Formats: sequence, structure tokens, C-alpha cells
Amino acid sequence: MNIETIKKEFPIFDEKIQNNDLVYLDSANSSQKPKVVIDRINEFYTKQFSNVGRSVHYLAVAATNLYENTRTSVQRYINAKDKNEIVFTKGATEALNLVANTLGQKYLEEGDEVLITELEHHSNYVPWHFLRKSKNIKINFAEINDDGEISLEEIEKKITPKTKIISITHLSNVTGAILPVKEITELAHSKGIIVVVDGCQGAPHLKLDMQDLNCDFYAISCHKMYGPTGLGVLYGKKKWLEELPPYQGGGGMIREVKKDRISYGDLPNKYEAGTMATAQVIAFDQSIKFLESIGIDNVMKHEADLVEYGQELLQKNNSVKLIGNPKNKGGVLSFTIEGIHPHDIATILDEDGVAIRAGHHCCQILHDKLNITASARASVGIYNTKDDLDKLNESINNCKKIFNLK
Amino acid sequence: MNLKELYQEIILEHGKNPRNLGKTDDFNKDAKGNNPLCGDNVHVYLKLNGQKIVEDISFEGSGCAISMASASIMTDLIKGKNENEAKEIVEDFLGMIKENPELKSENLKEDEKTKLMCLSGVKQYPMRVKCATLSWHTLISAFENEKEHVKTEN
Repeated sequence: MNIETIKKEFPIFDEKIQNNDLVYLDSANSSQKPKVVIDRINEFYTKQFSNVGRSVHYLAVAATNLYENTRTSVQRYINAKDKNEIVFTKGATEALNLVANTLGQKYLEEGDEVLITELEHHSNYVPWHFLRKSKNIKINFAEINDDGEISLEEIEKKITPKTKIISITHLSNVTGAILPVKEITELAHSKGIIVVVDGCQGAPHLKLDMQDLNCDFYAISCHKMYGPTGLGVLYGKKKWLEELPPYQGGGGMIREVKKDRISYGDLPNKYEAGTMATAQVIAFDQSIKFLESIGIDNVMKHEADLVEYGQELLQKNNSVKLIGNPKNKGGVLSFTIEGIHPHDIATILDEDGVAIRAGHHCCQILHDKLNITASARASVGIYNTKDDLDKLNESINNCKKIFNLK
Repeated sequence: MNLKELYQEIILEHGKNPRNLGKTDDFNKDAKGNNPLCGDNVHVYLKLNGQKIVEDISFEGSGCAISMASASIMTDLIKGKNENEAKEIVEDFLGMIKENPELKSENLKEDEKTKLMCLSGVKQYPMRVKCATLSWHTLISAFENEKEHVKTEN
């Protein structure tokens, strides 16, 4: 696998960003897009556009087929049992809101408990918080250990007879910890607990096999997976998607609408109300094929090498403090520098063409726990090289110089 | 304006050793503000006398060099001014950070204007403007003694 060749497939790297070559280390936030994905959107709008699933004219039928092809590709990519277990949403946030809302309506009673973790992104906390308000449920937090991990034992400790749902991230967007989702699911299912996984960071970087993981729901963000924005995927086991009520009402999701009764469409239409992000869905097929052409094992190997290299580099850099040291770690390097606020770091790095994220990364619970208001985060994707991490380190040194640090 | 000019000595120095940091004794007005984007927060305390003159002003909080320096310089300038003068200065500062090339306030001395202009560099960094303006918005709330937190996002 030649990274330079892969990098050439991303047109953004031909651009000069403020007169610099781009060192893009913000893929956990959103990944850059390969030309095949960009071209596909253009081609669809130029030559093939129609709304899907409604009209019977030629373009409508062809577009519907293309749209459904992506569903089949997603099914293949995540090894779901059934194509109808794949629901398109406007993002992973909507996918998680859909699950919390419908499970909440159908399944949760006052006093029931949902177990999440201190690592969760706000999108896997706030939707459950809504139920705390409307249904009087309780939310418990599994706590991180000193390495920024969530262990199976910690999950087991926090399960009570009232726990109905466990909702966890697959890969922390701050510490990079990869959670033992399969083991947690096994434990949860032995106690009749539903498992929801926030797969935003997992899907672009880890091998996915829904039948092996066996979780009940898995939420995916397509724009972090070299795909378009405005699109997410919810995987849900068929029995749940059949049993749960629809999330939004509108066109496309119904079977029959009368003045005195309404019946809903079959899966997956039941959850796809209104005109969907058609061009994005069709272009996302190219993202999956792009990842398949590289091979997820190669992606994982490359990113693991990068993280190991970056970790060593930053550990050796005085006054840089890495956040978390999980044994099983994805492509995220979050850090602080004593005496320099993360926003100042990010602004100074930006001047050198190094794009990172600073802030709480939508994880205020975790930052509170770590007693910091913000951190700086460099995250890698398939196009990054060790050179990028060297430039990160150089730029951090420049930053320290400006602030008179050693 | 390049980065070096933004992170000039005066900002780094105020950022590192902010003036008027802490809680004013017998303050009679205060307000909290936060920036949800980055988690920065500030609490401004005012001691306003019967003639509406700011006898004392201080702040507590944490944030980047820009936000700490901005709060530090602000509290230095506002001390001793009356409420109307202070509000006029705030307006002038916010106008300068947004669009005006210079400060116009007659309530500011030349050296005070020079100090404040150090912050003008954030104009080049729209995401950082909120860092520079948080304490100023919060000062206005403190005058109104609004109970609700000021947020830099709507």
C-alpha cells in the first residue's frame, strides 16, 4: 500500500492552504474526500438526478436503484444480516436520537436506567438526557480508568437490575480507547440489556462485523468515513426496527393514510421519511468501495503505525501531556501543553498549515473528569504520513517558542 | 497582521499574569459568561459606588491567552470610569474587533488605545473573536446584573 498514491486521490492536498501544504490532522472531526466521491456527486446531479422511491419514470427508477445499491454496499461493509437493517439518516447524531427516542417511547419506564460512559460524545448523552426529562429515567456513567479506558469490569460493576440499555462509543474521540464492544454486548445480552454503539470513530478505522459484534444498534457518520456530509447510517437488528415505532412522519414512510388511521411502510422506508440525502447516499457507495479497495486491514495497520509513532514523538516532547494511554488505541492523539491553552496551540499550528482541533470535542463530561476545560487533538486518516506527525511536532515546538517554554 | 503580531509580548504577558484576577471584596454587581465552543468561562465582579463609578473590578476564569489578556486589559481600563463611560468603551472595543479600523472613544487615553489595539489581530481569526469579546459582553451583563449566563453563541 502506497500512501502517497492514496493521498493523490484527495484533491484537497493539491491546494495551498494559507501558502502551506496541508497537514490535515482533524479526521476524527471529519475526513477529507477522495475525488471519486466528489465526482460522483457531480455526475449524479449532472446526468442522473431524480428523487428516489416515488415516481415511475426512467430517471426515478435508475436513481432508486443507485440509492439501494449503497444500502447493499453498507450491508456488505459492516456484515449485517439483512439489507433492511440499514437505515439512512442525516447523520450519526440523528441515528442516535432515533434510537433513544423510539426505544424510549416503546421500551423505557420511569425509574429504568441507561448506562453510558464518561467517554461519550454529547450525541450519545443528550438524546438519553431528553428521556431523563420526559420519562424520568436514570442515566449512569461507567468511569474511565487512569489510562482513559472503559473496562468490561467497570461496565459490569455499573449494571443494576434496572439497567435496560447500554449505550457506548466504539472508539473514544478523545482518548482513542477502543471499547470491548463484543464482550460488553455478550454480558449485556446475558442480562437482557439492549446495546447501542456510537460507531462514529469506529466505522472509519476498525473492521466492522455486525453479526460478530452482535450489538443491537450501531450508528455511523458517513462524513468521517471519506463520504459526504449530511448523511449517517443506523444499523439496527431487524426485530428491533420492526418492533419500534417510526421516528419521523412524512412522505415515503407510510403505507396507507386515511382520515381515521395511518399505517406505516415496511423496513427500511418506515424510518426514511421525506426526501433523503439522495446524492450523498449514492456518492457514499464510492467511499465504501474506496475503503474496500485499500482493505480495512491495511487501513488499521497504517493508522496503528502512525499512532505509535506520534505517541512516541509527543511523549518525548517536554511539556506535552498526552490524554489517556489505552492499550487498545485508535488514531487519536489528544494532548495539553502546560502553560498554553489549546486554542492558542491550534491557532499557532494553523499558521504552519497544521490543522488540528481544540476544545472539548463535544465531550465535556470527560474533560470535567480530567479537570481540564479543553484539549488539543490531532487525529489521523488514511492519507496521513509520519511526515505529518513530524510537522505537528515541529509546529508544537514553534508554539512553545512563542510562549517562551522549553 | 500575522500571528507574531497577534501573540505579541503584551498579550502573552497579560495572559500569563492577568491583572485584577480574583474576587473583588464587597462587589455589588457580577455576571458569569461562557463560551460553549471551547469551554472558556469568566466571572466579572464590579463594585459600583453611589455615583456609578467603578471603584473596583476583577474577574475569575480560565481560558486562552487571548481571552485572559483581554479580560486583564479590560479590567485595568475600566477601573475608575463611570458606568456610561465604561459602556461606551465596551461598544467601541466590540466595534473595533468586528470592523472598525481604530478605536474612537474619547474616554480612552492614547496609551490605553494602544494597549487595546494589541487585540485587533484577532480580526484575522474569526473563530477567536469570541475569546477576545467574552469578558466584555460579561461586563455589560454585570452592569445590568443579569442573572443569566452570557454565552458567546446564540
